[in-house]
Amino acid sequence: MQGKLQLSGRGVGCVRGGREVFSRLDFEATSGEVVAVVGRNGSGKTSLLRLIAGLLVPAGGTIVLEGGNPEMTLPEQCHYLGHRDALKPALTVAENLSFWADFLGGERADAAESLATVGLDHATHLPAGFLSAGQRRRLSLARLLTVRRPVWLLDEPTNALDVAGQDMFGSLMQQHLARGGMIIAATHGPLGVETRELRIGEMA
Amino acid sequence: MTPLSALIRRDIKIALRVGGGALIGVLFFLTVVVLMPFAVGPDLALLSRLGPAILWLGALLASLLTLDRLFMSDHEDGSLDLITMSRTPLELACAAKALAHWLAAGLPLIVATPVLGLLLNLDMVATGAVALTLLAGTPALTFTGMIGAALAVTLHRGGLLMAVLVLPLSIPVLIFGVAASQAAIVGPMTFGAPFSILCALSLVSLVIGPFAAAASLKHGLD
Repeated sequence: MQGKLQLSGRGVGCVRGGREVFSRLDFEATSGEVVAVVGRNGSGKTSLLRLIAGLLVPAGGTIVLEGGNPEMTLPEQCHYLGHRDALKPALTVAENLSFWADFLGGERADAAESLATVGLDHATHLPAGFLSAGQRRRLSLARLLTVRRPVWLLDEPTNALDVAGQDMFGSLMQQHLARGGMIIAATHGPLGVETRELRIGEMA
Repeated sequence: MTPLSALIRRDIKIALRVGGGALIGVLFFLTVVVLMPFAVGPDLALLSRLGPAILWLGALLASLLTLDRLFMSDHEDGSLDLITMSRTPLELACAAKALAHWLAAGLPLIVATPVLGLLLNLDMVATGAVALTLLAGTPALTFTGMIGAALAVTLHRGGLLMAVLVLPLSIPVLIFGVAASQAAIVGPMTFGAPFSILCALSLVSLVIGPFAAAASLKHGLD
């Protein structure tokens, strides 16, 4: 897909609502690596992911991606999978997915194939409003597969997934890493792949 | 498909589906205009004199009715995060969303105008004039209203703020819209002058609206 990627944060600080969440945080991530961001509730795991995604403005420090597409900014090379699924209940499963594929653009895989991979191929014409929480999460994962982005920012990605879903997600992450991608995930539980821990917040 | 046309198509599709906002506006417009003759009474001359103003007022309120949800639903389900991160400049994405809203919620009002003109004793010329001024003026309502919709997302206060912020901005549009319609129907002013100002208001808001809305959304990143 591309050469070796190196994401590095130097002295990153985050202030939310007048409260310092974390400060002078250094982190590294390279291609083929999963960084698991761990810490207690409220320690700033989600904030860190949103900082990388450009959805929050850092209170200090820099975050740079080396080795990526020089014409694109860091957020443009990221997939952000947050607590909210970015799905429209009125649109069908296939419409939701094809909208994001068209809107996000860039290199893409076959949408129908991605839906089959996440186990939603039987529900393509169902409005997304009828999906269960686990199915919605699977549909969001199909977005990550359909639109190729080297950096995945995942916020508690295994939430609502059943055991089979977690296994499926584990193998999806392996494939992504094998293609030279990197993953930064905020999580409380095991992800099913080898990870490097990044601890944030004060130790309990 | 380009990102912007995908966004426009998606928003129109959602608006036209069950539970979308497109029909609510037309229904509201219909209700206001149908009730007006009952309130004013059977004086046909009075009705036709008030007609353009009633149509304009109904269209203004109807087009603002669903506008506060323009960014709110995308904000609530996380779509706005992905739109902000994408390669598409946020200004263009805002403009595309407003255009989609106008096509789904504004255009039906203009289509309904000739039918409603009958209820207000307006003749063909008068109805045509009102429809033409609405066609020129409603984009201004949508694109200025978009600023309020963006602020409503950033400031976490919904509809009330929207009304307070946007209604003053829509007053000039209302004034020149009704003035142009009246000029075409009874004179003595020429139709051209107020109509040109109305078009100018639309063009200005077409430029300023997306930038102001995008600035507000970027500032409120959260």
